[in-house]
This record gives sequence, C-alpha cells and structure tokens, in this order.
Amino acid sequence: MGSLKNKHLIGLEHTPAKDIQKLIDTGFTFREVLDRPIKKVPSLTGKNIVNLFFENSTRTRISFELAEKRLSADVTNFSASASSVSKGEGLKDTVQNIHAMKMDCAVMRHPVPGSCLQLSKFVDAVVINAGDGTHEHPTQALLDMMSIKEKFGKLKGLNIAIVGDILHSRVALSNIYGLQKMGAKVTLCGPPHLIPRGIQKLGVSVNSDIDEVIEWADALNVLRIQRERMGVGIIPSVREYRDFFGITQERLDAHKKEIVIMHPGPMNRGVEIDSSVADGDQAIILDQVLNGVAIRMSILYLLLGPDEGEVG
Amino acid sequence: MGKTDNLIILENGTIYDPYKNKKKAGSILIVDGIVKEVGKVTGSDNTRKIDCTGKLIVPGLIDIHAHFREPGREDKETLATGARAAFSGGFTRVCVMPNTNPPLDSPEAIRFIIEKSSGLPVQILPIGSITIGQKGQELSEVGKMVKAGAVAISDDGLPVQNGQVLRNALEYAQKYGIPVINHAEDIHLRNDGVMNESSLSTRLGLPGNPDISESVMVHRDLEIADYTGGKIHIPHVSTKRSVDLIRKYKKMGVNVTAEVTPHHIGLTEDKLTEYDTHTKVAPPLRSELDRKALIKGLIEGSINCIATDHAPHTIEEKEMDFIHSPCGMIGLESAFGLSHTVLTKAGASTEKVVQWFTKGPADIMGWNIIPFQIGEPAEIAIIDSKIRWTFKKSHIQSKSKNSPMIGMKFTGKVDGTISGKNTCGNLLD
Repeated sequence: MGSLKNKHLIGLEHTPAKDIQKLIDTGFTFREVLDRPIKKVPSLTGKNIVNLFFENSTRTRISFELAEKRLSADVTNFSASASSVSKGEGLKDTVQNIHAMKMDCAVMRHPVPGSCLQLSKFVDAVVINAGDGTHEHPTQALLDMMSIKEKFGKLKGLNIAIVGDILHSRVALSNIYGLQKMGAKVTLCGPPHLIPRGIQKLGVSVNSDIDEVIEWADALNVLRIQRERMGVGIIPSVREYRDFFGITQERLDAHKKEIVIMHPGPMNRGVEIDSSVADGDQAIILDQVLNGVAIRMSILYLLLGPDEGEVG
Repeated sequence: MGKTDNLIILENGTIYDPYKNKKKAGSILIVDGIVKEVGKVTGSDNTRKIDCTGKLIVPGLIDIHAHFREPGREDKETLATGARAAFSGGFTRVCVMPNTNPPLDSPEAIRFIIEKSSGLPVQILPIGSITIGQKGQELSEVGKMVKAGAVAISDDGLPVQNGQVLRNALEYAQKYGIPVINHAEDIHLRNDGVMNESSLSTRLGLPGNPDISESVMVHRDLEIADYTGGKIHIPHVSTKRSVDLIRKYKKMGVNVTAEVTPHHIGLTEDKLTEYDTHTKVAPPLRSELDRKALIKGLIEGSINCIATDHAPHTIEEKEMDFIHSPCGMIGLESAFGLSHTVLTKAGASTEKVVQWFTKGPADIMGWNIIPFQIGEPAEIAIIDSKIRWTFKKSHIQSKSKNSPMIGMKFTGKVDGTISGKNTCGNLLD
C-alpha cells in the first residue's frame, strides 16, 4: 500500500499528475491481463471490498465488481434505497457498518457531493469515489484519459472538448482536473445556462458553438443529456438540442475531419449522439468500457495491493 | 450563573453609555439587583467588590434575531437554555423568531413566550409572524400580537413571496410602530442552492445560491417600503449587492434598517471546502468581496446593527450530509468575540462595536433605553477589549453545539453579565 500520494481516491482535484500517470500506466498493464485466456490475478487475495451504491448505476458497479473479482478480492455489494438518502440518513450508519465489517476498501456511489470525503474521514478503509453527486467521478475520468492515450499515444497537447450538460455532470469536473494536469487543453460546450458559474477559473475555455468546437478538438467527450431535464424549461426540446449541440452523423460528415468520439454512457441514442456515430469508426466508446475494468484494477491494485513486485 | 450577593460594586471601570456615546471612569453599586449608585460609590465591608480596572462597563447587549425553538423543538433549544446561552454572551434582551411549532402567529402564542420566559435572566421579546402559519397569505392578528408583547413581525426564514401581502403588512404595521422583517430571498433564484454560487461551488459540485437571490428581493422590498412609507428591516444581509441597494435607498430617505450576522462578517465560503455541515447557513457564507462590503456597510452606517441568527440544531441533524443537513449555526456565545475581533481589525473602536450590539438594535425596534438608571434593575455587560482567547466547545451554553467558530481565536470578550439579581461570567462566578 502507499504507492500513491493519497490513501483514498476521492477526486482528481487533489491527485498529483505523477499519480495519474502511474494509474494510467498500470491500467495498460492490467489491460494486457484482460487479454489473457485466464483473466484473473491473485493480487488482492484476502482483501475485503464493499461496493456501496446509494444511487442506481449499472456500468460503474459492474465494472468495479469485475475489476475486484479479477484481482481475487472478496466482494460485498450493498445497495441502499434512494429513500434513506433522501431522508439524509445513511452516511453515519454506513460509516459504522464499514467499521463493524472490517472492510479494507469501500467503493461508494452517492448522490451527495462531498459524501466520499466525509466517509474517508471516519473510516480506516480505503475509500474510492464511484461518483459523488455533481462533484467528481474520478475513475470515469481516468478511464477516459486511458482511452485517449490508447488512441493518440499521448495526452499532452491534445484538444479535448466536453459536450453537454456540464452543470449536472460529475464526469466533466474530474475530466477537467485530470486532462489539464496531463497537459491537454479542455473546452466545454453546452447550453450556456448549463455551464456552471466560474468554471473558467479552472483554466478551461467555454464555447457554445459546437461546430467551432468540432473544428478545434481532437476528441469529443459527449455527455448524456438527462431526459428529465427536457421540456421542463431547462432544455426546450430534443429537436432543438440536436440542432445546436447534437453529435449527428450529418454534422460530423460536414466537418470532414478525423475526430475521436467518446461517451461515458449510458447513451441516449438519437438525442445527444446518433446511433451511427456511436457505432461508427471514430467512436471508442466500447474501448472505454474495457479500459474501465483495467483502470479500476489499477486503482484497486495501487491503493490496496502489495508495495513492490510485478503484477501477477 | 448565580444570584449576586446582596451588595455588589463594579469598581474602577470605564462606564460607557453607547446610547449617548459617553464614557467616564467610575464604579457602579448594585443592591439586590437594583442600580443604586453610579460614578463614585459608597460600599461597606460586606460589599462584593469586582475589580473592573481596564474594563468597559456597558449596558446589556441586545440580539434582535435568535431561534429558541420553543415550542416544538425543545430538543434543540428551550427558552431557558437559549437565555442561558445569550446571558453568557453578554446579552440581556433577545428577540426570538416565530418559526416555532406551532409558529408564533397569534396573541396566545406571544403570551406563551412571555409567560414561559418570565424569571429568566434574559428578557425575551417575541417576534410575531406576518402571516398565519408563516404561509405568506393571510395577515396574522398583528395588533393583538403587539398588545400581547410582540415587538416586530416576520415570517422568518420563509420570505413573503407575494408583493401585495408584504405591501399590506408594511402599511398595516405602521399603525403599531413596529418593523416588518422579511427574509430577503427569491426562492426561485435560490433554487436548490446550499452554498454561495461561485467558482468554489462549481469546484465542490454543490448547488449554488447566487447573491442575486438576496438582492433581487431586497430591491423589491425597498421599493415597496419606499412606496408605502413602511418600516422595513432586512435581516442577515449577506451580499455586496444588497449593501449597495440599502445604501442607495437610505440616501433616498426610505425607512429601512438592516442587520448583519457575526458569521457573515467573520467567515466566508472558503470555510466550506471540507463539506463541514456546521458551515451550512441561510443565507450562505459568501465571498471575501461580500464580507468586506458588509463590514464597510456597518462602518458607514448602511447596516445598523449586528444580530446573531442563533440557530440551534441537533447533532443528528448536523451529522447528515451537506445537502440534507439543515441550515443554521449557533452564535450567541461567540457573537461579541468574533465581531469585536473582525471589526476592530477593520478599524472600528470597541465602543462602536458595543453600539452595534445595543443602540443599533434598540433604534431598529424603536426602544428608548436609558442605561444604568438609578432605581432600575441592572442590565450590564463587562467587556475586556484586550484579552485574546480561543473559543471552545466549553464556552457553549446552548443546548446545541453546532458552531463552526469552535477553535477560532478572538480578541475581546464579555467577562461578565448582570441582569437584575442574576450574574454570570468569569468575573462574577
């Protein structure tokens, strides 16, 4: 343990660049493991990990579970009802349960920003943030960066655009921190009222013209638009959103340039992204999914594994 | 806290009257809780002598904005525990807000507070609600509440959204000479905000409450006050925008007064980086720019006084996460220390700080107070303006302990409080 500066992975805001580099490099090592006939290594034998999901999640939860099992950890899953969270209960009981169960690591998804930091202050276990409200989703950003690195061979000097509802996104913030630390440039593109106030202070550019952004970018990270925000006075309509921000086949064709398309999932095909784009040659969306397992193995290994030695 | 000995002399202090802004060296003799002599006093051998050398003897402090939670949430605070907290902070008069359960929206409820609090060391003065059930619709029996002892009206944390209702209240309340206190916040602009909206709220991923949610409502209220001539009081001003508006309307001659809390002049949003729920308050802690504007507003007179917005909450409630835990912090025990530290650093004198805790609130309420009157019950605070001290949990007398001030270093302290036969504080224990 202790191969990284921080004991926990709460967010990329406080993760140094060299640790991000190490996490990505180790991610590629595990990616090789995932290509072997036997995809399991004994690195975390005897470690107890609990996956605490206070919010619905399919991809992230399965990805973590797979990563944990492939490292031979003992895995417990815990899903709390949304009602316990809405009453504001949960966090303290969670803390006490983790103590009582003598867990080595807690992977937590929670709707409240800051909840993972709070948890980390009160437990001995290593805490990994699997998404805390509209704050950070560091493992997603790490897998995004790994996927970009896989495609381009580098991160430094690349132009990466994040497109969509930035205000309600946890993926955006973690990507902003991570990408900039690794030397990439970041532009945000979305409806102006869904760009959070003062975000330029984090060093990013903001441009609401998607066509200009496509011309500029090496890769687009397209965020999911929550259907519940449509037609309630926030986003006027699907057709209007598609007209001005949608990553449509027609729009990409018009630009006649090579551009990498990413999406953290789950996608609303036909809303923020066309099916043909998502399934097309420029998309690396399924690579992101595979890299997601590899990067989570890397995170778990570097936070919980032995100090020295080769990946088994 | 204990009963004073029969005879007590506050010896060799500096007696300061903030109402007349007059200061003189002297002593005060108190017999059975009644002021007997001021200036040069005669004592006997059995007189208890309190050495006040180097200290300021001032009238008891006044807080016009506190929450004592009784009736309804006696687990957080009661009139008795709230009074104990206030007394230890130098206060001898406290106005309590009507957001109890049931709310103070009737003369019966006002009488309950007055009867229940009689005999406490602090005089408790209830504020009645503007509307029935604080619902913002039908006016409460304002006249009957005033007759029963209400000193102002307010729907407390629930802003009167309907402009016509506020207009009615501002016009009607003029008959009774009391201020109308409206929590200035456009709830739609506040949205689901839990902290000041800024690059910091963006960084923390917390929903932001923009400064305009306050100033938009302040502006509306000032316009209605201007139009009606009513007496509007703006509680816990938190933004530069609001201070700018209040300054402008005061210059126009509008009958407006305003208060600021010790926490808004002492702390900023930067306290929130660890998601400590003790820093969650309404209105939220704002930026350094706002904090400086509030201090300037006090010093130039745009803001009239300091009020605590003492808001006790249980441990269980504050142990919840940042979104779900309730807004509010206690403040009576730390109010003078924090305010004095911040304001003297900004160039104000100790005497001026005392004024913001005495003359300022009294003028807002329209009270004519003549301090240290011979033959009247003593209402006195003794202040050490030089002492440096750390605010600790052990200083808290409130039933709740939700203070982000614990651990802060202050300069200046209330060393003792006297209210009639009751005394408390280092100097008097």
